[in-house]
Amino acid sequence: MDSSKNGPVSAHRHLPAEPELRVKALEEILVRKGLVEPAALDAIIDMYQNRIGPRNGARVVARAWSDPDFRNALLADASDAIAGMGYAGRQGEHITAVENTANTHNIVVCTLCSCYPWPLLGIPPGWYKSDEYRARAVREPRKVLAEFGVTLPEDKAVRVWDSTAEMRYIVVPERPSGSAGMDEDALAELVTRDSMIGTGLPMEPQR
Amino acid sequence: MTPGSEPDFDAPWHARAFALAVAENEADRLSWSDWTARLAATLRDFGQSRSLNGGEDYFLAWLDTLESILVEEGRIERGEIEQAMAELAKAHAHEPHDAQGANSFK
Repeated sequence: MDSSKNGPVSAHRHLPAEPELRVKALEEILVRKGLVEPAALDAIIDMYQNRIGPRNGARVVARAWSDPDFRNALLADASDAIAGMGYAGRQGEHITAVENTANTHNIVVCTLCSCYPWPLLGIPPGWYKSDEYRARAVREPRKVLAEFGVTLPEDKAVRVWDSTAEMRYIVVPERPSGSAGMDEDALAELVTRDSMIGTGLPMEPQR
Repeated sequence: MTPGSEPDFDAPWHARAFALAVAENEADRLSWSDWTARLAATLRDFGQSRSLNGGEDYFLAWLDTLESILVEEGRIERGEIEQAMAELAKAHAHEPHDAQGANSFK
């Protein structure tokens, strides 16, 4: 493999980079064999680029903040509660919701690869998939959190949840203190992606 | 490792590679737990020589994993990939790039 990279490929420097060409080649072959349709790939990309994203998770958190019954159901069986809101699908089969409290802050990582609750948060940001985050979130979560701008009181415990193909996590952040009386739509606007991974906090309401 | 609103896919080929694996899963030819186990193994291998950045690195591992699985499962042969790449490269070389560039200003 290496010899081919250093050898004859040099003549192709002006061409699309090798991985780009490789993906195209794979797609062409699979299409030719009738195993995949380009339109199906377009639909998958559209889905994850435009239709599934952290707004879904924010709706779930906002409901948990507003509706105690839903909160209890979510913490008891998140997959079920979330499916009830219409958010189901790949990488969403088994989801656990972990709630931040006055005593505990939760943070989510996937140390092995990049497992993530797609139906709620979309696909993960680059840093979530980086070796650095995957290694350090477990080893020194407080330091990582500080780099994300989250400084916690000394006496607040930090729990790190390691995702797998079998179980993925969403953090239910603490409801901002100034948000009393806000409805679900307004609350959802306060919930950031990072606050549901645990590397951020929800926004404070604008006054 | 800075937070913010990064795009979902930095490059179109990342999205394409992503979709190819998801399509295999949707067609019930690839279980997601098998996929994540294989991807994790590739990431571990790739990460031994340097720290992976989670962007381009990650999708290179993704693509490599997908290719290996397709070959192992007998759905594709290595030779086919090399051949298709060579053909694509040739087709690309014959495209009238300059003319295209000129047209785009109209």
